[in-house]
Amino acid sequence: MAIPIIYNVRSVRARWASAIVAVAGIAGTVGVFVAMLSLAKGFRATLVSSGSPDNALIVRGGATSEMTSGVALDAVKVIQDAPGIARGPKGPLVTAEAVLMAPIPLISTGTDANVELRGVSSNVLEIRKNVRIVQGRMFQPGLAEVIVGKNANKTYSGLTLGNRTRLGKMEWQVVGIFDAGGSSFDSEVWGDAHLFAAAYDRPDTFFQSATVHLTSPEALTQLKDALTSDPRLNVDVTREIDYYSKQSTSMTRLITTLGGFVAFIMAIGAVFGALNTMYSAVADRGKEIATMRALGFGGPSVVISFLIEALLISFVGGLLGCLAVLRLNGLTTSTINFQTFSNLAFAFKITPGLLAEGIVFALVMGVLGGFFPAVRAARLPVATALREL
Amino acid sequence: MIRVDGRSDSQSLIRVRGLNKTYSRGGEKIQVLQGLNLDVDKSDFVAFMGPSGSGKTTLLNLLGGLDVPSAGSITVAGDEITNMSGSKLTQWRARHVGFIFQMYNLIPVLTAYQNVELPLLLTKLSGSDRRKHVETALAVVGLADRMHHYPRQLSGGQEQRVTIARAIVSDPTFLLCDEPTGDLDRKSADEIMALIEELVGKYGKTVLMVTHDPVVAARAHTTLHLEKGVLVEGKTSSRESVLAGGAA
Amino acid sequence: MKFSRLIFANLFRKKIRLILTVGSFAIALVLFTFLAVVRSAFNRGVEIAGADRLVVVDRVGLMNLMPISYDDKIAAISGVKAVTHDHWFGGVYQDERNFFPQFVIDVENHRQVYPEFKVPDDQWNKFAQDRQGCIAGAKLAERFHWKVGDRIPIKTTLYGGAIWEFNLDGIYHTEKADGDQGQFWLQWKYFDENVPSVIKSTAGWYIVKLNSPDDAARVAKAIDEKFANSPHETKTETESAFAGYFAKQFGNIEFLILSIGGVVFFTLLLVTGNTMAISVRERTAELGVLKAIGVSDRAVLFLVLAEASAIALFGGVLGLGLALLMIPGISGALTGLLPPLLLSKPMLSFGLGFALFVGVVSGLLPGISAMRMRVVNALRRV
Repeated sequence: MAIPIIYNVRSVRARWASAIVAVAGIAGTVGVFVAMLSLAKGFRATLVSSGSPDNALIVRGGATSEMTSGVALDAVKVIQDAPGIARGPKGPLVTAEAVLMAPIPLISTGTDANVELRGVSSNVLEIRKNVRIVQGRMFQPGLAEVIVGKNANKTYSGLTLGNRTRLGKMEWQVVGIFDAGGSSFDSEVWGDAHLFAAAYDRPDTFFQSATVHLTSPEALTQLKDALTSDPRLNVDVTREIDYYSKQSTSMTRLITTLGGFVAFIMAIGAVFGALNTMYSAVADRGKEIATMRALGFGGPSVVISFLIEALLISFVGGLLGCLAVLRLNGLTTSTINFQTFSNLAFAFKITPGLLAEGIVFALVMGVLGGFFPAVRAARLPVATALREL
Repeated sequence: MIRVDGRSDSQSLIRVRGLNKTYSRGGEKIQVLQGLNLDVDKSDFVAFMGPSGSGKTTLLNLLGGLDVPSAGSITVAGDEITNMSGSKLTQWRARHVGFIFQMYNLIPVLTAYQNVELPLLLTKLSGSDRRKHVETALAVVGLADRMHHYPRQLSGGQEQRVTIARAIVSDPTFLLCDEPTGDLDRKSADEIMALIEELVGKYGKTVLMVTHDPVVAARAHTTLHLEKGVLVEGKTSSRESVLAGGAA
Repeated sequence: MKFSRLIFANLFRKKIRLILTVGSFAIALVLFTFLAVVRSAFNRGVEIAGADRLVVVDRVGLMNLMPISYDDKIAAISGVKAVTHDHWFGGVYQDERNFFPQFVIDVENHRQVYPEFKVPDDQWNKFAQDRQGCIAGAKLAERFHWKVGDRIPIKTTLYGGAIWEFNLDGIYHTEKADGDQGQFWLQWKYFDENVPSVIKSTAGWYIVKLNSPDDAARVAKAIDEKFANSPHETKTETESAFAGYFAKQFGNIEFLILSIGGVVFFTLLLVTGNTMAISVRERTAELGVLKAIGVSDRAVLFLVLAEASAIALFGGVLGLGLALLMIPGISGALTGLLPPLLLSKPMLSFGLGFALFVGVVSGLLPGISAMRMRVVNALRRV
């Protein structure tokens, strides 16, 4: 049998001041790690959840985002007749949309953010099924009314229910707040596409994209083939969920690279802290170790014992780190999405999987910080140690 | 019977022949033991005395398998330990040797019970069997009522008795003591020595003890002096070497 | 300094602990430097904005275009030294991921408004004559291995889907290292010829160079008043305010960075303070002997502080060196996402000063306790 774990537990407790250093270092690193990754995850999740697998997004051929795309009214008419599109009571489920950016002040700083405005068709809610009006009502087509996403309502000033706000050359009334399930739409302001065109001096016959509801997810191929082979059109057809997933790659990469480097450096520091703690533990307990080895506990037992002690410390550190940042979960923040150039509000997303990764990370640091001291403990010459007073 | 001339034919419990131990210190070689011989039988009680630096502790470490000699052989109960490898030696030590070394060596974060139990964790005994052994050992040393105390809650003498309990709990072949009464006051020292005598007389244990205190040494059956790297019998000076043996 | 030998010898007694403590300092400094560099990158636009420049955009939104006729009207306002206009070209070079900013510039006035972008005269003249010409920043050209004379194809997205080709007539440099050398310029005349009619004769935004930065508020107001109640009302502000909008939209990320800085700082203090305390405790007897032979209390404190500072300094220099090595690599990984990560001299000296500060502070508590310790107790604690 091995050296009892109660020995390690009590030893750590007896030298708690030194252990705190290691615990703090690991907790800090795990906290940063989880926070950064949950930031990236949250950003990505917001965008990915904007898309639905049974919707398709149509933009001009080669356009990298809706902002840089243009789809004429004539093209929309062709698209409406294409195969694979589901039909509602009033006709094919197609929403032709004008996407613009408007400067609206952030509530937090008072300075302008580029907010995404989306001029939609009146049947948009039948196509984007994960969007529901939670307060007020849907805007009436032809009237200067807008509905705002729940994040837009909280992040940008002037977008409260019942308020009048100036967008472009017109004044609009905020008649509803919608919940888009935590997707990028929650940061947007929606209104009648034709009226937005008027307010922003744009041609009425020009949209940025068309989103269609497919008869089934598999119908995408059919639709895609029909539209791309049509000589009248020059479009790209993407599953909505894939389009939005792509829109998140730059920012996700930025956050992950920055966060990853920071966490990596901190991890090295934490391992140093753990090494320090463990080495001084071994030094202080030289006689105890020698006693146990004299009694017959072999080298491996000693190594395992100290490794377990390091793991205990790092586990506690990892737990504390996770607990500390758990409060961030669901906290909204906002940033510019480089790819669409517009402001996006999103929330930290901490998943059980991420927490588990954090704990594993802590344990890895524990092993790295405990291994060499443990080996040294096992290699202390037994006889000399016992002779020391 | 205890002999130091290396000429015993009978199978003694502990048999040492031609033991050499040399240390290097700062480039110089110091030969501590030079061709030492020893024979000890079961239930013998031997005290080793000698000036400081004479190698008493070295001898004890070698006998206990804590160190390896530069030359010579040590055979205990038929096993030659001088040729054993690290892990085999460790296992042998756990089975055959009980240590009662100075400064108590109790683990401060474990209770008396847990300290005494430690050697048994190396065996395959079940939890309840271990408890029986521990309680017996603590009863023998008279500390059954303190088994859940921590070392810092015990007096010096009590700590040493726990150490003795730990040394005997696995019923080892022999006990090695290095200054067992080292830091204790006269009264506690007496109690400890009485206990050790009881272990020898009543329980038939074999005890090899290093001490600088002649009063303590007097309690043993025989006192051997470590001089010039070998053992000599009697309290006399090195000029009288009765049955002295061994190479220079 | 008689005790320098003692300090030195002390430091090297426990090698592993020394390595770990120095290492902790180095690590913390690498991190600190990295965070400072990233923060600067996020705010680069603001940092390099000209104090004597204004940006004029359509009040309705950034994406709206203004008539080109505004050019002369703005130039007529007193306090205006020069006016130029830009468009955002927003094309794709080979692959979406090769993003870099492309501007449609006004050849006549660009140089006066942006004197910090330096182009050799012969290259600029060639560019001015060549409608299909383009100029690239030095870092941009390096990134794609372009040489003067190359033909660069760019696929537009905002103005139809065709591929436009340009002749690389010149390369510009900036004097300061943190200047933006990643831009791509093409000619407005060529642009105007080839875009749909609704976009012809427009400007995306105007940039105004002032005679003096003090005129900023007055001129901005004058410009906006001039175009008030016209079909395209304007919004004018200083270039740094304009850049600030983008930087502020990252606001929370900057807060995150500052919080991390705080966490690291605190942890570092904990680690080194603890280490110093341990080593002082270990050398209690020694320090006691020193005091017994007559070394003053203050000298003992000095000893401890000197040791702490030496460790901090060494670790700090090591950390800065490591940062200098690693940061270009990270910068490369983030090309296109962030401006280049640059380490400035003020940052380096601040980092070193910070390390020294931490060293002294963490040596203070153990040092004071060593100073106050009575000789008798020190010698007893063997």
